[in-house]
Amino acid sequence: MMSRSLLILFGVLAWIGMLVLNCFATELGLQPEGPEAIRSSVAPTVALLESRGSITDRRLEWPTWEQWWSLILLRDYNTRVVVLGVTLLGAAAGMVGSFTLLRKRALMGDALSHATLPGIGFAFLLANQLGWDAKSLPLLLFGATVTGLIGLGVVLVIRHSTRLKEDTALGAVLSVFFGGGVALLSVIQQMDGHAAGLESFIYGKTASMGIRDVQLIAVAAMVCILVSFLLFKELKLLCFDGQFASSRGFPAIRLDIVLMGLVVTVCIVGLQAVGLILVIALLIIPAAAARFWTEKMWVMFLISGCIGAAGGMVGAGMSAVFARLPSGAMIVLVCTVFFLLSMVFGTSRGILVRWLQRTQLHRSIDRQHLLRAAFELVEPKRATPGAEKESVRQDGHREQVTVSMQALLGKRSWSSWRLNRAIDRAARDSLLYRDGDGISLTARGVIEAARLTRQHRLWEIFLIAHADFAPSQVDRQADAIEHVLEPELIRELVSLLDQQDIIVPASPHPVEELKS
Amino acid sequence: MVTNAIPLSIDDLTVAYHRKPVIWDVSLDLPAGSLVGVVGPNGAGKSTLLKAVMDLIPRASGRIKVFGESYADNRGRVGYVPQRESVDWDFPVDALDVVTMGLYREIGWCFPVRKKHRQAAMEALRRVGMADLANRQISQLSGGQQQRTFLARALVQDADLYLMDEPFAAVDASTERAIVDVLRDMRARGKTAVVIHHDLQTVAEYFDYVVLLNMRVVAHGFVKDVFTPENLQKTYGGRLTLLDEVTEAMRHQRRKL
Repeated sequence: MMSRSLLILFGVLAWIGMLVLNCFATELGLQPEGPEAIRSSVAPTVALLESRGSITDRRLEWPTWEQWWSLILLRDYNTRVVVLGVTLLGAAAGMVGSFTLLRKRALMGDALSHATLPGIGFAFLLANQLGWDAKSLPLLLFGATVTGLIGLGVVLVIRHSTRLKEDTALGAVLSVFFGGGVALLSVIQQMDGHAAGLESFIYGKTASMGIRDVQLIAVAAMVCILVSFLLFKELKLLCFDGQFASSRGFPAIRLDIVLMGLVVTVCIVGLQAVGLILVIALLIIPAAAARFWTEKMWVMFLISGCIGAAGGMVGAGMSAVFARLPSGAMIVLVCTVFFLLSMVFGTSRGILVRWLQRTQLHRSIDRQHLLRAAFELVEPKRATPGAEKESVRQDGHREQVTVSMQALLGKRSWSSWRLNRAIDRAARDSLLYRDGDGISLTARGVIEAARLTRQHRLWEIFLIAHADFAPSQVDRQADAIEHVLEPELIRELVSLLDQQDIIVPASPHPVEELKS
Repeated sequence: MVTNAIPLSIDDLTVAYHRKPVIWDVSLDLPAGSLVGVVGPNGAGKSTLLKAVMDLIPRASGRIKVFGESYADNRGRVGYVPQRESVDWDFPVDALDVVTMGLYREIGWCFPVRKKHRQAAMEALRRVGMADLANRQISQLSGGQQQRTFLARALVQDADLYLMDEPFAAVDASTERAIVDVLRDMRARGKTAVVIHHDLQTVAEYFDYVVLLNMRVVAHGFVKDVFTPENLQKTYGGRLTLLDEVTEAMRHQRRKL
């Protein structure tokens, strides 16, 4: 699932990169070769859009301070309404997206949104023929919904009636419907000059939204949010264990339809603000980002809603001051920034947290190895195993034997750098101190080392006695497991081996000794 | 309230996946207050039988009565423990959340989980010996602990008939003991448990009643009467080869179409 979302994310990033590059190409005087290179490298859609002059004409004008202020204070009524509407849309998409991500249906929305394009074209043509207002948003969205649902239906039919897998079906439907839509739009363009504006559905344009359009978006988004809250418990159960849900009498199929209905609603009302190519990102990215922060579903649900809302707010605001910037790209960019931050800093699954945990584990393993190696090297220098008990228990008793670095290095396959780091850290916790060219264990260090060695040997003895391991192999096997042994297991081990009395049992295999 | 009605009565049940029959002509009446083991080789239709009882999969024919009524009418009296592998354990919930899911029907549509429900769930976790792991994310639980969480989710409903799909599969010794204790406690309280089981050696120790299943019921009855080498031979060995060949041929034909 994660890898799928990542794939989409990188696709989206690449797309946005193209757009941004294209926007600046004219500014930077790259006109001759810039767009050419891009045109040859990306899908025909971009070429088509360019031929209509909607992307290459995007000259960015830096807004004045006055414009910034009026944006921040939301002075302009129009801006205020648009920003609010898109914020609600983002929140709804984030919340609905957290369900679809966990239901592993994230890509269904993608097929659906791409399949809306021919519907927009048909609705426009039909309205033109009948002499209605061909730019009426509800009408266009109705057409979008019809072909969107047909697209979904085709995916389901392909999946059930052939042996093709779902990803194949999704890919086929997505591209065929989108291709058909692009073709239809270019035909309309040639027939009818004032069809310009339809292409804003492809990558979103808040600037073209009227107050009534925003009202529609806001109401639909609020309905989605409300339904998500009311059915949170039921949808959570559906996503976790659909079969159990049906066994308890929850209508799983109808719940699935409700969830799909939420996705359809978000996608359709999101067409104008975000555009049909990027609306899927609004469903996936906030939810995927939220997953890095928590192991609780309702927290994930709320974080996802907040990230979506923030993306919508900032994206729509940006699009208000940079009138020519596609708002969909801005919204998704903001969400992506949140995603990257979450991926690195997420407190539950972020890269940083996991890296810290791994480092900590490695350090503790290194310390255990170091202490055990030191213990085993000085072990023969002490008296018989019987007297050893006393020497460990004597308080403040210092083990005078110094272990040389050479001997420690020979004990395991570790670099001297790594060994030195481990020694420094252990010395800081006063388990040992550097003594000339070698190290000596402190009293505390001896106790800890004895405990670790005991643990290791008990485990070795167990493996030999009960798991039929050869004594020559047992050291490495025990090594792999002993670091994760919990105290409760150790107790069990002790009672099993009946070794209570012996502080450190003798090694069941020969141990390399310190050569004096 | 445990009535004297037969907890589970199956009559002439046949289930088919894509026209491939999975179980044929199963008829059984299970005695109340007993622990019932369902035993049979892989692909014998054991899980299918449980799912068909709960209307999770459509049946080709047959009639099923739970305490004398249809399953839909007596849902509240049936607890279900699915196979552990049937869900994604990486889901963002903790053990207590999962157990509370057993109460969602009782809580009702759109209502939030309240304190008394969480307390009931905690009590169920205590019964399976997992009280101290209640707030642990489910992917951090061991296989046996995950299985016990599922068991607690069924226990929290306080049902009269429990259907368990391989609760003993790949669990540690302490989990196995915990599950057996819970089962015996259920029996003492007059409840019935139908348990799909793989380990033939423990059948006689754990169960009173046994159903030997291999696409059809080979035998069913009290363990001491039915759990015999001959019946086991019929279930696992020598076998219903013809039945196997027929279904394989049908599956093959379907694939070509």
